[in-house]
Amino acid sequence: MAATLPAPQLKITDLGAGIAFGALALLTLIIAGKTEYPGYAFHALVFAIASGWACFKVFDNATSRGPVAIAQEIDGKPNYNMGPVKFATIAAMFWGIAGFTVGLVIALQLAFPVFNFELPWISFGRLRPLHTSAVIFAFGGNVLIGTSFYVVQKTCRARLAGDISPWFVVLGYNLFIVIAGTGYLLGITQGKEYAEPEWYADLWLTVVWVAYLLVFLATVWKRKEPHIYVANWFYLGFIVTIAVLHLGNNATIPVSIFSPKSYIVWSGVQDAMFQWWYGHNAVGFFLTAGFLAIMYYFIPKRAERPVYSYRLSIIHFWALIFLYIWAGPHHLHYTALPDWAQTLGMTFSIMLWMPSWGGMINGLLTLSGAWDKLRTDPVLRMMVVSVAFYGMSTFEGPLMSIKAVNSLSHYTDWTIGHVHSGALGWVGYISFGAIYCLVPWLWNKKSLYSDRLVNWHFWISTLGIVLYITAMWVSGILQGLMWRAYTPLGFLEYSFIETVAAMKPFYVIRALGGGLFLAGALIMAYNLWMTVRGAPEAREAGLGDALPATR
Amino acid sequence: MADDKHTQPEVDRLTGIATTGHEWDGIKELNTPLPRWWLWTFYVTIVWAIGYMVVYPAIPLISSHTVGLFGYTNRAAVQVELDKLQAQRNAQAAGLADATFEQIKANPDLNRIALARGKAAFGDNCMGCHGAGGMGFVGYPNLADDDWIWGGKPEQIQQTILHGIRWDQNTETRVGNMPAFGRTGMLKRDEIAESVEYVRSLAGLDVEKTANLAKGKEVFAANCASCHGDEGKGNQELGAPSLTDAIWLYGNSRAAMTEGLVNGRAGAMPAWSGRLDAVTIKALTVYVGSLGGGQ
Repeated sequence: MAATLPAPQLKITDLGAGIAFGALALLTLIIAGKTEYPGYAFHALVFAIASGWACFKVFDNATSRGPVAIAQEIDGKPNYNMGPVKFATIAAMFWGIAGFTVGLVIALQLAFPVFNFELPWISFGRLRPLHTSAVIFAFGGNVLIGTSFYVVQKTCRARLAGDISPWFVVLGYNLFIVIAGTGYLLGITQGKEYAEPEWYADLWLTVVWVAYLLVFLATVWKRKEPHIYVANWFYLGFIVTIAVLHLGNNATIPVSIFSPKSYIVWSGVQDAMFQWWYGHNAVGFFLTAGFLAIMYYFIPKRAERPVYSYRLSIIHFWALIFLYIWAGPHHLHYTALPDWAQTLGMTFSIMLWMPSWGGMINGLLTLSGAWDKLRTDPVLRMMVVSVAFYGMSTFEGPLMSIKAVNSLSHYTDWTIGHVHSGALGWVGYISFGAIYCLVPWLWNKKSLYSDRLVNWHFWISTLGIVLYITAMWVSGILQGLMWRAYTPLGFLEYSFIETVAAMKPFYVIRALGGGLFLAGALIMAYNLWMTVRGAPEAREAGLGDALPATR
Repeated sequence: MADDKHTQPEVDRLTGIATTGHEWDGIKELNTPLPRWWLWTFYVTIVWAIGYMVVYPAIPLISSHTVGLFGYTNRAAVQVELDKLQAQRNAQAAGLADATFEQIKANPDLNRIALARGKAAFGDNCMGCHGAGGMGFVGYPNLADDDWIWGGKPEQIQQTILHGIRWDQNTETRVGNMPAFGRTGMLKRDEIAESVEYVRSLAGLDVEKTANLAKGKEVFAANCASCHGDEGKGNQELGAPSLTDAIWLYGNSRAAMTEGLVNGRAGAMPAWSGRLDAVTIKALTVYVGSLGGGQ
């Protein structure tokens, strides 16, 4: 032990973490001083401040805590660590509203280009990745990390492993988000869809993600339950696969440590294949497996019903993770990708249909015998509608992977509509449902501030989603048909600009739908704020056991 | 309850199905068998996928891959479609290639084919600058009116498309020069202002009450008339637009006109002879002429 230090209780792990943060602060300060790229210097400075603060915090906590270790259990009950969960929940709400707002702005830019304001930083090209990253990784990522830290503790009856590590995961992940997001606005990008952040942000995320995996595994390892709950299997599948995907698609070599620019080691069609192996499985493991884990905990918990089928959960889990990983090539139909790879991408997508629907069946039929709760509990209704959207998107996905369908749908707004029925309907609603459950549980309140506001949120945003996806279906199919239309004389019937002009009314409707979805999220934020501000009400039955009360 | 870890399987009252006996934080699981329709649909998709992989190229081998029953490839399939289309277009183009513009005009069939081919080529190549329907933008001439900078006869339009305007890479490109009178010091500031007012009077635009039109006319005659003509009616040989009509490529505000005089104007159009074949350019000429102002 570190006997020479003034604080004798300083553990070797604290010392190691402190020194690592200190070294990172020093290194990034040097980079900030030496680089000739202002955006990169700014990022290095952010890293320096964050790691300097972390270094101070680690030593400060270690010296002020005293020699007593944090109790794993109090009175025979696990001493749950809910601080990081609370942080991730708030962060999710914040980034969600930011991401939805940017989405609305770019929807308006497509309908009315004047909203670009001739400013490079907020032009469509930079805001579009900001939108996708903010909603997928900032909103979705915080929901996943927050709920996984909650669910793994509760279903393992064990305190989250580590003291610094869970905070490192949550704060480190959000630092990555800040670096990624500001990078897009400053024009720092490696130009890979959904993997735009440059090499240094990727490296940082790798460290954070490995820490996430270790915290999760260690918590499962010290569980007090004999079996591992299915939600934890899905969380684990998500965490492990995202790590592999991230490393594969970000195998870049930086120009220099003083430059933000890097080059990918893959080239040509191999690079394209890596990109869509990554891109498709970001959908499969981030937006599907991860959120199925949320579904598997929050729906039975809220409905107070057993999961419909244990066997289905096991079979569809393994089938899903085995089949999903092969489906990426369907993003590259009719391209330079070899024919055999296109065939496999399509056939595996078709086989994926039922494994995907296994989750829908388990979600919906868990409600057997409790369907009446949909009338009285808008939160449960939101989650059930989410599962319905999941079923719809996972039918539409295999359909669009069929080459004949894809030849019409590819590159059109149909893809955008498909993504958003999954993103707004499935991911958005299951996240909202989970957060509506979590906030009263975490802040020890009897119920939400207002169920009526949840109802309003539900109906306003449902209308928004319906407007959004129907507008994109119509515009996508119209676009696809216009692109392929030939005159009887054998010439293209429409020029590209004519197809763009034909989209305008649908782009306006889409922006309206997005605006309604954002309005719903703002209502939610207000409701949650009032819930947290409300007087604490001790609940007898313990966290999460109370019935939702109507206000 | 959650604390009781020795839960035994029990029969769920509402569904009559036994649980597995596991429990996590109050969540139990029913031991419901896999839904039959789910399982059978899953099997059907697997059988279908295997069948598809037999018929089409699917399995990677060490240095090649299985080619399927019919040796299908995307590339060959698209080539068949392209060849068919090309054959159809070539049959039509045969007539166009040898016909003069007068013959095309006189022959409804040829005219129809030329317009169709021209419209498609226009959409892909010209609309980006000249706009849908050729209505133009500031700096990019409207092709749907009868005001032509370089001439609106078919041969003149064809010449413009073939060789472009102020397009350095093409030796036969059209060259006309509106000098930067102000920047190069050829005209003083007050001379520019006077000539702007004089040109406005030619075009019937409002003129400053205090303007010295006589002085303006003098400046115009000495500097502008050589290209734009004594009366400002323009000269298509030099690409000098008429200054007497209501059509202004860069707008008719005093600021726009002054800017033209100070910095000159030299908008460019690419030569298309290297990119489009002769028949397509001929068709494009007929189409542009048909937009409203062909002569």
